[in-house]
Amino acid sequence: MRLRLVPQETKWDFFARPTLWLGISGALMVAALVSFFIQGLNFGIDFRGGTTIRTESAQEVVIADYRAAMEPLELGDISITEVFDVTFEEDQHVTMIRIQAQEGEEAVTADMIKKVEVQLQTVAPDITFVSVESVGPKVSGELINTAVIAVLLAIGAVLVYIWLRFEWQFAVGAVMALIHDVVLTIGVFSELQIKFDLAIIAALLTIVGYSLNDTVVVFDRVRENLRKYKKMELKEVLNLSINETLSRTVMTSATTLLALISLFVLGGDVIRGFVFAMIWGVIVGTYSSVFIASAALLKFGVKRDWSKQANTAGNKFADIDA
Amino acid sequence: MLQIDLWKRVLIWLTCVVGLLLAMPNAFYPRVEAHNDAVADQAVGIVSENTEALIAGWPSFLPSRLVNLGLDLRGGAHLLAEVKVEDVYAARMTSMWPEVRDLLRGERATVGTIRQQPGPDTELRFKISKPEAIQEAASLVRGLSRPVTSITGAGASDIVVLTEGDTIIVELSDAEKLASDQRTVQQALEIIRRRIDEVGTREPTIQRQGADRILIQVPGIGSASELKQIIGTTAQLTFNPVVGRASDPDASAGVGNKVLPSLDEEGVYYIVEAAPVVTGEELVDAQPSFDQNNRPAVSFRFNPTGARKFGDYTAENIGSPFAIVLDDEVISAPVIQAHIAGGSGIITGRFSVEESTNLAVLLRAGALPAELTFLEERTIGPELGQDSIEAGRIACIVAFVGVLIFMFLSYGTFGVFANIALIINVGLIFGLLSLIGATLTLPGIAGIVLTIGMAVDANVLVFERIREELKSAKGPARAIELGYEKALSAILDANITTFITAVILFAVGSGPVRGFAITLGLGILTSVFTAIFVTRVLIVMWFERRRPKTIEV
Repeated sequence: MRLRLVPQETKWDFFARPTLWLGISGALMVAALVSFFIQGLNFGIDFRGGTTIRTESAQEVVIADYRAAMEPLELGDISITEVFDVTFEEDQHVTMIRIQAQEGEEAVTADMIKKVEVQLQTVAPDITFVSVESVGPKVSGELINTAVIAVLLAIGAVLVYIWLRFEWQFAVGAVMALIHDVVLTIGVFSELQIKFDLAIIAALLTIVGYSLNDTVVVFDRVRENLRKYKKMELKEVLNLSINETLSRTVMTSATTLLALISLFVLGGDVIRGFVFAMIWGVIVGTYSSVFIASAALLKFGVKRDWSKQANTAGNKFADIDA
Repeated sequence: MLQIDLWKRVLIWLTCVVGLLLAMPNAFYPRVEAHNDAVADQAVGIVSENTEALIAGWPSFLPSRLVNLGLDLRGGAHLLAEVKVEDVYAARMTSMWPEVRDLLRGERATVGTIRQQPGPDTELRFKISKPEAIQEAASLVRGLSRPVTSITGAGASDIVVLTEGDTIIVELSDAEKLASDQRTVQQALEIIRRRIDEVGTREPTIQRQGADRILIQVPGIGSASELKQIIGTTAQLTFNPVVGRASDPDASAGVGNKVLPSLDEEGVYYIVEAAPVVTGEELVDAQPSFDQNNRPAVSFRFNPTGARKFGDYTAENIGSPFAIVLDDEVISAPVIQAHIAGGSGIITGRFSVEESTNLAVLLRAGALPAELTFLEERTIGPELGQDSIEAGRIACIVAFVGVLIFMFLSYGTFGVFANIALIINVGLIFGLLSLIGATLTLPGIAGIVLTIGMAVDANVLVFERIREELKSAKGPARAIELGYEKALSAILDANITTFITAVILFAVGSGPVRGFAITLGLGILTSVFTAIFVTRVLIVMWFERRRPKTIEV
């Protein structure tokens, strides 16, 4: 007896209620953008400069006391949050302190760190700084630029690749799905105010890769079925292709999620935001490859005459064997 | 039908075995690391009582390369420094003034008296009292120019002389600025490297980034401010008169003298006067060059006070040696050939071109050529790194086991094949990481976990396809073959697109992000390999032995 997440044979109609899905996606994207423009992202120091200090102490953390202790230093905007994690020991109390970039200084001085340490020791004598990171405004500005360039480059490169391997309608569909995924991920980060730093950009790009992976598998089957059933309606072909690949789509998402969730729960708080972005991306990416990419393909229509290149384009790699 | 040539099978298994062998040292990380350190120590002659035991702890016929752990896993400090290259322009102009003044004083009859004018640091402005001779004066000053010593700037001259009424303006040419920036950053890099090497930490990363930045990562160091202190200490360069040579460090030196070892000659010591004639603070430039016989040499230039002291000393001591001492080691002890006036001289010796280049760098390396501004500083405590490794390891194991069980439940026997391939896959990733000496970071671990999740994708694609082909009632062998054949284009397209994003991440990203890109990219390569070759060989071997009439996937 095999474990089956999806029945052996499915004949679900994925395009029965196109307006509903498009409506949901559209509404979510609008919500994401609204949240992004109103709340904005909770940028980490990578992107806006400043200093973060991770402290550890055996004593209970009272944030107000920490704040009061740091008041006399006049460091401007300070945020202090306590961090909780299942991997921590009983008496391990961790906080993250973020200090804004200081006027006229590129990075923090050793001096200032020392002062902060001395001040905090009045509250928690055994406090230690497990990590101190400081990024100057000059670098953080550049980091934002490179991050944006990286995401745009990735989307652009993929657009070109799919266009070469398939047809332009496929490329546009895939990219629409990608934009959908990226926008929704940014939306979640702004709505939940999760720290958005360099690692999240890596996560975003992985989402781009993963979502594509899914989309390409579906498209590959669409291409094959378009050749096989020359007379079938495009909508039918799409439905058939999605149903045929559904079992694989769900299996792969399940194994990936399994791995990611174990990392989310057990991997420690340092990369939790990063892993969260990826989990969200896998879910959204799986959804979008079916409901956005394929729906777009249906909308644009596809050139049906594959006869000329039937044996070249699709099976370009097929002559590689083990 | 289902057949794979013997040589292909051998090649596939050989690749797996080599990959796993390369990965093996990582399973015994502390032991192999101790072994490697002991071997390195022995190579430079540091032997303690347990060196032998540590070396014996890991057989030497096995690979001993390890995956480097990134700062976020090992703890340490990270600095991004910007070199203020403009500092050097100003220093060059300041040191040029006496030269220009002396030259034009000699021509007082034609150009009249000269007077320096205030202006920006990076240019030299002066007035002459006979404006009608401005062109002659300018061309005289142009006579002081030197060709730019760089490949791209070859043929250009190092200064630009402009006239403005009765004022002459001298500044560095664009080609020289470029060459100067290049030298300044290179020199700063060299100095930083020397300083950090002296402290003797493990595997520091000192890299040039962009035009004028230097990235410094030192694992195991307490904090970024400690690192800044190390970089900030000035190396001491001096020129001392040589009293004599000795063969052991305890030779009696006499009052006011000291015994110093030679930098590159083993067992040679010099007795030098403790009071230097000139110090490196008075050196403005040193360049690799060639002497009149076209042998590699190093030319150098002092500032005016240094030039005077050096000139006087060399005039009085022709024929006797003097020592060039860096941080209490004698770099070289050439014999003074002639009175060296004007503050510039040439050091000849039995140099190769490379040695003369290095010596020039070392000479310049006395002090940092320009101020450093620190743009980014990160300190990660070793405990945090240890915690992250621990958490990452547990997460990896749980993810791994979870996926293995899941695959077995879903695909039975075929799931087992996929699982074997998955285990080989993770081994191959570590083998490749060790082979190329890549650095594993925390996001890198996440990349591996993600790969574990996604690696089965290719197998899933194939297995699902085989199921479909079985439905259309072909024999099992045909179904397996068709399954692989037809899934191939989907597997390749899907993985190539992901690989493209990994490449872009690697190219654009830095630090931890790059670590993630590396594991993701390598993971894609190995998972495609294991999915389309390894599982296939496994299935074919199983099929040949069992010859099942029907199969269930």
